[in-house]
Amino acid sequence: MSDSPALPVFILDDEEIPFTPGQTIIQAARAAGKYIPHLCWHPDFAAHGSCKLCTVKVDGRMGAACTVEARAGQVVENRGPELDDKRRTLLQMLFVEGNHFCPSCEKSGDCVLQATAYELGMMSPHFDHFYPDRPVDASHPDVLLDFNRCIMCELCTRASRDVDGKNVFALSGRGTASHLIVNSESGRLADTDFSVHDRAASICPVGVILKKRVGFATPIGQRRFDVRPISAQVEEDI
Amino acid sequence: MDAPKKKLRVATTSLAGCFGCHMSFLDIDERLMALLELVEFDRSPLTDIKHCGPCDLGLIEGGVCNAENVHVLREFRRNCKILVAVGACAINGGLPAQRNHLDLRDILAEVYHTSPGLAPGSAIPSDPELPLPLNKVHPIHEVVKIDYFLPGCPPSGDAIWEFLTDLLAGRTPVMGHGLLHYD
Ligand code: SF4
Ligand code: SF4
Ligand code: FES
Repeated sequence: MSDSPALPVFILDDEEIPFTPGQTIIQAARAAGKYIPHLCWHPDFAAHGSCKLCTVKVDGRMGAACTVEARAGQVVENRGPELDDKRRTLLQMLFVEGNHFCPSCEKSGDCVLQATAYELGMMSPHFDHFYPDRPVDASHPDVLLDFNRCIMCELCTRASRDVDGKNVFALSGRGTASHLIVNSESGRLADTDFSVHDRAASICPVGVILKKRVGFATPIGQRRFDVRPISAQVEEDI
Repeated sequence: MDAPKKKLRVATTSLAGCFGCHMSFLDIDERLMALLELVEFDRSPLTDIKHCGPCDLGLIEGGVCNAENVHVLREFRRNCKILVAVGACAINGGLPAQRNHLDLRDILAEVYHTSPGLAPGSAIPSDPELPLPLNKVHPIHEVVKIDYFLPGCPPSGDAIWEFLTDLLAGRTPVMGHGLLHYD
């Protein structure tokens, strides 16, 4: 009878978190049921590092919990007024950069961006709005794209490339002009081999990639984040 | 032994709003009676007062979509110690701001001039009595300084109640799970 050797631990907000060497801080935290705010990280995919919502203080220095490896004895600060203030600012930047009119968005109540903003108590977008004008792509029979809500997490890009083997999506442009595009000569989704059954069709954490004819099916009060705040759903998949 | 407290004066208005935030305010139901022990109303769609006088609190629903909205908003800012943006429209322009990517002249022409079913000779209204629409719809914080934001489309009666009772008690309002929502 042999006890498995004790895992090394690091400290996350005063609690010991065990980890398997090679795990990132966010992976170990999730396994321990601890919520670190994040948008572009997904347990099934490699880290992306674009949203910066997962920023924590590792031994006093800022680092992205989705990219920094866990090490024995690290002291990690996660939830607290200082970091949550900065996270709120990042969220406000994402909200004004797009057209997030939640009252008419069929992802409302089921949206990771919105739920994260609730979790962090974002009361206003603070900055002036960009009001982008990126035309909707409704060409595909089963899926609609509203690019004005894209947070450029590239989960769709990663899912389409790495899981579906199709490479339907990509980011294009530089700086504030960066935006999601569809890889077909016409730029239209209908002219790709994209299917509603692809992993990429259901991976978008916000309301860009929407299945047609199923919107507003869940009663208000029963939508995913009506029921419990996002911080209470750490181990459930999106 | 306590002298009756001076009631706080509250003004409310709807700019490019739908009156839904005011209806949600009335959704506090009989708590309105408790509120009336603490506040009295200045200019509001619920009173007959034409201009906002000195007030402790101003509640604004709706974004800014025309010239008159700008005048009213500035009048409120001049007179209210605390100004609150209530609802999605006041906060980010709301659904009316979906017109921001369209050309205003095209919109007006389509509605008043070219759309089928209009009487012959119909034209875009041009009487100077009418406030000119702005090119784009704006959140109110782009025009005047706003002290607090209460999101929701509309915020629920419970959220408005929680918000007002916090504010009237001198606390920074904090909306917990279920009260804070943007839809
Ligand atoms: S994507 Fe999310 S945050 Fe954006 S409008 Fe839809 S529900 Fe709101
Ligand atoms: S469409 Fe959705 S999944 Fe793809 S990059 Fe934009 S927000 Fe991310
Ligand atoms: S989750 Fe780490 S940067 Fe987005």
